Amino acid sequence: MLAYLGSLAVLFLAAFWRLDPFTANIVKDPGLQNFRTLVENDVYRQITIRTVKIAAAVTITDAILAFPIAYYMARVASPRVKGLLVVAILMPLWSSYLVKVYAWRVILQEDGILNWALGPFGLNGPGFGEVAMWLVFSYLWLPYMILPLYAGLERIPDSLLEASGDLGARAGRTFRSVVLPLALPAVVAGSIFTFSLTLGDFITPNLVSSVQFIGNVVYANVGVANNLPLASAFATVPVLIMIVYLLLAKRLGAFDSL
Amino acid sequence: METPAARIGLRLATGLTLAFLYIPLGVIALYAFNEKRVQTWPISGLTLDWWDKAFRNPGVRDAVLRSVEAALGATAIAIVLGTLAALAVQRYRFFGRETVSFLVILPIALPGIVTGMALNATFRTVLDPFGVPFGIFTIIVGHATFCIVVMYNNALARLRRSSRFIEEASMDLGADTWQTFRYITLPLTRTALLAGALLSFALSFDEVIVTTFTAGPVQTVPLWILQNLSRPNQLPIVNVVAVSLVLLSAIPVYIASRLAQESGILRRR
Repeated sequence: MLAYLGSLAVLFLAAFWRLDPFTANIVKDPGLQNFRTLVENDVYRQITIRTVKIAAAVTITDAILAFPIAYYMARVASPRVKGLLVVAILMPLWSSYLVKVYAWRVILQEDGILNWALGPFGLNGPGFGEVAMWLVFSYLWLPYMILPLYAGLERIPDSLLEASGDLGARAGRTFRSVVLPLALPAVVAGSIFTFSLTLGDFITPNLVSSVQFIGNVVYANVGVANNLPLASAFATVPVLIMIVYLLLAKRLGAFDSL
Repeated sequence: METPAARIGLRLATGLTLAFLYIPLGVIALYAFNEKRVQTWPISGLTLDWWDKAFRNPGVRDAVLRSVEAALGATAIAIVLGTLAALAVQRYRFFGRETVSFLVILPIALPGIVTGMALNATFRTVLDPFGVPFGIFTIIVGHATFCIVVMYNNALARLRRSSRFIEEASMDLGADTWQTFRYITLPLTRTALLAGALLSFALSFDEVIVTTFTAGPVQTVPLWILQNLSRPNQLPIVNVVAVSLVLLSAIPVYIASRLAQESGILRRR
């Protein structure tokens, strides 16, 4: 009975996932011309480069921002504080995506709070654009980096750090030679989220900038231009990038720390 | 090994990071009580008017109802199919078992826009001829794709950790398959299933990208927000909805942390 229901469920799932090849079929039909368009057209190439560049910048930013707080949670804070901090990180993670982007729109806008705060120093906020996008993406996915990193740092046994100290390493050296290498898989695990979530997004670029991401082009081609083949072709680009990224991540041992 | 100076530095950095995470949410909360219709800073005075208006707003009410419907539907499908798929992969060796465990992960590994597009194309070619229009049903099916993954992962993780011997013992003592499931498997996996259902509900409630491709004329809360962002007149009401959503997200966080404490995840060291 269970086997029957289970296989039904599996069938149902399989029925769903045959969708992806289905769209790919539409792509394959007219041959490689869509991909040629993508490669040869300057605009598309720039959009791809921009998307990957910002996704990478966001990932690096989040890794740097997440490290101190994750380290504090894992190795310094008392169990009670630790519990509270986990909740404090989970709260923004569970809050609505759109609400967070919208909040940044309000903050960054021309007569918003950021320009008001920077005004007395004769400075101006970044306004809407690529910098705003980088900032908002970094904000959105930061909790996704903190949590795996915290789990990874917590798994490092104290004895290793003590051993490093006993062998004469200073704090900085221990950090560089012991903590960092051991935490790397966790960082890579977190980066899967920060990177892939940025790569596939098209709402944030729309709301806080006027430049386009891969997703924007895909969306426009599905909805407005109705050029499904081109949209599908372009949509395979982030998928391919992600596959390469996941293979690399697997090599670095990230899957064990997920 | 941390020196006192390093501790102070870490504490400071932690505080700053928390401030970074919470200031935007706080700003929106302030704006929800803003007297003026325009979103300029500093705000001149406070009022509760917008809350009243938001609760009376038919668009908001409709969107909330649709979102709840979609989230409940998708979660229900996910609980059944995700759990069954996990049981199947855990218990039985069958043709394509490895493929299933890989395929089920796809909807979260792939960008939402790819899932959305694929679903959109299929619904258009498969459902339209049968006269099933885009709407709440297509939203539920679309959300179910990633909710199933969440349930599957949670259930599978728990099943792998719990011993099969208990179930075999139950069968040896004369319980049938259903009784074993009801009295052994279900209690063992209960917290994991609850956590998965919670996460499914929250993900579905918040989903924008797949929804834009599958909603047709129906508006969920995120779609309502997205549409009204470009209407300056509506922004005060958007503020109220936004703050309400942030406050509501405290509920799953609270339950999740209770569940984690129950199963010892927070206490584990």
